This record gives sequence, C-alpha cells and structure tokens, in this order.
Amino acid sequence: MEIPAELEARIDQEITHFPISKRSAALPLLHLIQEHFGYLEDEAIEWIAQKLGLQPINILELVTFYPMLRREPAGKHHIRVCRTLSCAMAGSYELLDTFCKHARIDRQHNGHGAHSLKSEDGKYSIEFVECLASCGFGPVCMIDDDFYESVTQEEVPQLLEKYQ
Amino acid sequence: MVSTIRTPHPREKRIIFKNIDRPGWTNDIGCYLHDGGYEELKKAFTMKPGQIVNEVKLSGLRGRGGAGFPCGVKWGFIRPGGTKPVYLICNADESEPGTFKDRYIIHQDPHQLIEGMIISCYAVNAQLAYIYIRGEFPEGAKILERALAEAKEHGFLGKNILGSGFDLEIYVFRGAGAYICGEETGLIESMEGKRPYPRIKPPYFPAALGLYLCPTIVNNVETLCNVKHIVRIGGAEYAKMGKPNNTGTRLLCVSGDVQKPGYYEFEVGAITIGELINDICGGMKPGRTLKAVIPGGSSAKVMSAKDRYKLKTKQPDGTMAETEMGLEDIPIDFDSLAAAGSMAGSGGVIVMDDSRDMVWALNNINEFYAHESCGQCTPCREGSLWMKKITGRMLHGGGVEQDTDTLKSVADNIAGRTICAFGEACAWPTQSFVAKFRDEFMGTAHKKGNGNGSTNS
Ligand SMILES: Cc1cc2nc3c(=O)[nH]c(=O)nc-3n(C[C@H](O)[C@H](O)[C@H](O)COP(=O)(O)O)c2cc1C
Ligand code: SF4
Ligand code: FES
Repeated sequence: MEIPAELEARIDQEITHFPISKRSAALPLLHLIQEHFGYLEDEAIEWIAQKLGLQPINILELVTFYPMLRREPAGKHHIRVCRTLSCAMAGSYELLDTFCKHARIDRQHNGHGAHSLKSEDGKYSIEFVECLASCGFGPVCMIDDDFYESVTQEEVPQLLEKYQ
Repeated sequence: MVSTIRTPHPREKRIIFKNIDRPGWTNDIGCYLHDGGYEELKKAFTMKPGQIVNEVKLSGLRGRGGAGFPCGVKWGFIRPGGTKPVYLICNADESEPGTFKDRYIIHQDPHQLIEGMIISCYAVNAQLAYIYIRGEFPEGAKILERALAEAKEHGFLGKNILGSGFDLEIYVFRGAGAYICGEETGLIESMEGKRPYPRIKPPYFPAALGLYLCPTIVNNVETLCNVKHIVRIGGAEYAKMGKPNNTGTRLLCVSGDVQKPGYYEFEVGAITIGELINDICGGMKPGRTLKAVIPGGSSAKVMSAKDRYKLKTKQPDGTMAETEMGLEDIPIDFDSLAAAGSMAGSGGVIVMDDSRDMVWALNNINEFYAHESCGQCTPCREGSLWMKKITGRMLHGGGVEQDTDTLKSVADNIAGRTICAFGEACAWPTQSFVAKFRDEFMGTAHKKGNGNGSTNS
C-alpha cells in the first residue's frame, strides 16, 4: 500500500482540524483512505493507527462499527437504495429488485445488513441502506456520490447506462 | 428522477427556508452577501455575548433536533469565564426516518447555517466548532467546506473576526452511516475517534461535560439557523411567532400517502394535522382515506385516525378547558402533540392511508432500529432485534397468538432501561402500533403465509 504524497498532505491537513486530540482524525482518515483505495485493508488500518499514535484495534473497531466503511472492494459503481418506511411505501423494495435484475446481481442469499452484493463482472454493487433523508421524494437512491429522488423502475436501465 | 423546483404554498411562512428553491438563488457567498447576508453577524458583534444568550432565552426557541429542549436554557448552562475551552457542534446527522429538512439548508443555504453558527459560538464563547454531517451527504459536506472557505476569505472566520477580537474556526466532520451518531453523546464519542457509544447520564447535558470533557453545545442545523433571525428581529419579536412555549416557525417534512409530499415551513401550531394533509399536501390519494400519522419522525408514537384525543386548549375567556378532538384537528406544535400522546420530534410527518398494513409498517420500522442499535445496553440490543424478529415472522405467516402481547412486553422492558433515548425511540413505535391497531396485529398473527412487501427478515 503506497500513500501518494498528495493524499498524505490532505491527511496531514485533516489532522490539524483537531488540535486537542489527533485521535479525532481517525474517522476522517478512514474516509480519505477508503475514498482513495476503495476499501480498507489491514495495512491501511495499521498505517492510520501509526499515523495517529494509536493501536490498530482502535481503528479496526471503527471499521467494524460504521456501515459505510468496508474491508473489501465494492463494485466499480456502488448503489445504495433506501429501505426505510417512506421509501418502502413508495416502492423501494421493488426498486432494489429492479436494480439487481438489470445490474445482474444475484440477490438470493442477501439479507439486510449483509455485506453489499456485487455483480459477477464487478461493475456494480448494491446495498439496502437506512433512511437517506429525502423521504418525501421516494424511492431514493445513491449511485456512488450522486443522489436520485423519485426513481421509477423504468428509469433503472438508463441510470445504470450512465455508470459504466 | 428530475429534481424539480418546488414552489412554497401560500400559507407557508418561510424564514429558515426563505432561500430554498428561490428563483435565481445560488449557494455561494456572493449571492448570500448580495441578499444582506452576514449583516446579523455584524449586529451580533455590537452586542455582548450574554445579551445574545438572553435574546435566545426570550425568543423561547426550542431545539429542532427532536427533544424540543429550550435552546437559551441549554446555552445558559455554560458558565461565562470558565477555565476550560467551550465547543459548539452542529448536529447535521439528519438520520431520523421521515426527516428531510437539514439537507436542503446545507445544500441550498449553507451560509445561513454558518452565520447562525458563528453568532452562536460568539454567544457561548466557543472558538472551535464542528459540523457533524452524516456520511451519506458527500455533496453536502463539499458544499459546506467550500462555504466555510468562502466565509474565511471574507474574514467571517479565523482570527479577530471583523475586528471584534473574537476568533473562531469551524470544520466539517463526516459520519459514516450510523444513526446513533445523531444522539449527542454518541456524536461526541464519534468525534473523539471512538465507537459512537452514547455516554451514561448524568451529566445530562454535554454543556457540562462534552467534547474532550469540556463544555459543549450541540444544536441541530435548523435550531442554529433560527439564532440568526432572533438576532435580526430580537427575542421578544421572535416569540410573537407561533404560540406561547411553542414559538417561531417549524420545518415540516411530509412523506407517505399524500398527493404532494414535501417540506413546508409554518409558524409553530399554525396548522392542524388535517390542514397539513388536506390543504397543503393535496389530500390523500384518490379513493383513499387517512389511517394513521407518525407526526415527528419514526420514533414518535403513531396516531390513529379513528381515535379521539383529549387536549387542554385555551378558551376565548382565557381559561383552560379539555377539548376532545379527532386526529385531523390536532395543531402541530410541541405541546399539543405531546398532550395527544406523541411528539413533534424532528418534524417528520409520515402519513399512511387505509391500504397500509400496520404490521408491515411496524416491521419496517423495527428493522431500522434493530440495525441501528449501538449494542451497548442489553434491553435495546436484544429487544430491538426480538421486536423485528416477531413482526417479521408475523408477516411471513409464522406468527403465534401471543405475538401481540410479547411485542408489547419486549417494548415495555426497553423503554426507561437504557443508556440513551434510542431505547424509547425503538420502543415507542411498537408500543403505539400494538396499542392502536391491536386487532390488526391479532389478525395477522393468526394468518398463515402472509408476506406483504417486506422481503427480508
Ligand atoms: C437516537 C437519537 C438520534 C438522534 N438523531 C438526531 C439527528 O439526526 N439530528 C439531530 O439534530 N438530533 C438528533 N438527536 C437529538 C440530539 O441528541 C440532540 O438532542 C440535538 O441534536 C440537540 O439539538 P437541539 O436542541 O437543537 O434540538 C437524536 C437523539 C437520539 C436519542
Ligand atoms: S439505548 Fe441502544 S442505542 Fe442507546 S446506548 Fe443503549 S444500546 Fe446503544
Ligand atoms: S425513508 Fe427513504 S429517504 Fe427517508
């Protein structure tokens, strides 16, 4: 694992935001490293621990707690569909199924809370997430960092087309 | 899929949302300054910090994050001249199901929030502040970072702001998908680089012991925006909006089975549940009737359209009398909803029509809480899971006769027995759904093979 100089500069900058305790930078650093590498391998966890003068377990316990942090790569494009009540009433379960069908993701053995599922070609991964705070305009989903409201099942193929 | 411009309803009173969907409005500092932005900050610097705290007390402003605690009282817990540094954290975790208001302030009017925060920091003498934004708002985090940089370029942040002698830095802190980070002590633990396990109370307020064990004010995005307007018009004038003890405006987020869901801003208590649904949100879908309303985010107790509610209301001659009313006649304010057995909570109003299966709805909510319990307290960790498993099996045809009572018993054993208010938040839905729709639960428990939309258990 090679941390490019530019990334390390951003990391050092981030640490300055917490003049009282470097440990506060743990989550921000996890975000930065995950954004760069796509996931968090052991080495990354050790690197952050060392950078902040902590034990690796102090970092690992965050990775295992927060739903957005992952230990293995997601698909090239990661889809999040909101599962919670208002979106479910607006059809988010059906939307998830439609995404899976068109992205060729086998959802057979997936339970909620399980690791996100990937398509065989690795192009897409999908995850059911809890309320994304746009409940009036459900069903709601995110593809990578982009946000979509009132998504219909018919729009799914053309949406996926945008993310190759 | 297209994001449309949503024009305000004529009955709205837009103060906090004045610039949301405003034609020609952009979220950069140029637009904000052109519209008179940061003038209240200048005004605030002509006042003493204690004066601002007093104005906020006078305004009667209550927290918009969920608990409705008086903001000025909270600020008053910070003793001026203390030896420890004071921190201020803006709670932008916005994760309560049904709530979608802070998102639009962050995206479309970040400088209103930042100005509100700078004024608030000056009032409580915090020289370091953070915005804790949920991880699923990556664009919001970027917008805030850019807005903070703009504010700094213009001398509204940094050292000796506008020559006032007051120094302040504000940074953005991103969460990573955990609802419990919205609970203020969980949020603080998260910011300290630990797992976001809520802290044992007392102390009841981070104002006593907060970030790095220093006095810390945690306020919701909407609450902090209000501060700017209190400085603008004065606390007494602000208190004229709304009702006594329920002052100002409130952002209401309506979702579910209405024709026009969305976000709206009204004076607190100015409209009833029925007016919100029928006049503002275009009524129920064709051929449908109102069945239930969750008035303040998924943690608030569900209210049935069939029930009658007894509320104390002020009579024309000034005396108080108990009035009985239907669900649609209840005004949306803190005290009325509390008196009716629920709460105004976070302003997220979820509407359900007669096509909705209440076991299915509760199961969806239970899945949320089972997923989000932080796991520290046994009643919450186990109970939230059991409740989900019971509603899940009822839906899938594996229910047994006792399920309805077991659900109630599990919920009753969570509330009041946990470290944080998540315990109540996860028990209230089950307690209220089972109490209000008991027949439906009994009926479903008996049915075999009844799967109704919930595909995972
Ligand atoms: C489980 C739980 C989740 C919460 N989530 C949020 C949230 O997402 N946003 C928020 O502002 N407050 C949330 N709160 C309330 C905060 O703990 C705190 O009361 C609030 O941020 C204080 O700000 P206010 O006084 O301005 O409302 C939550 C509370 C609990 C118990
Ligand atoms: S009540 Fe639940 S969420 Fe709160 S501290 Fe206990 S286990 Fe965690
Ligand atoms: S329920 Fe889907 S965004 Fe809130």
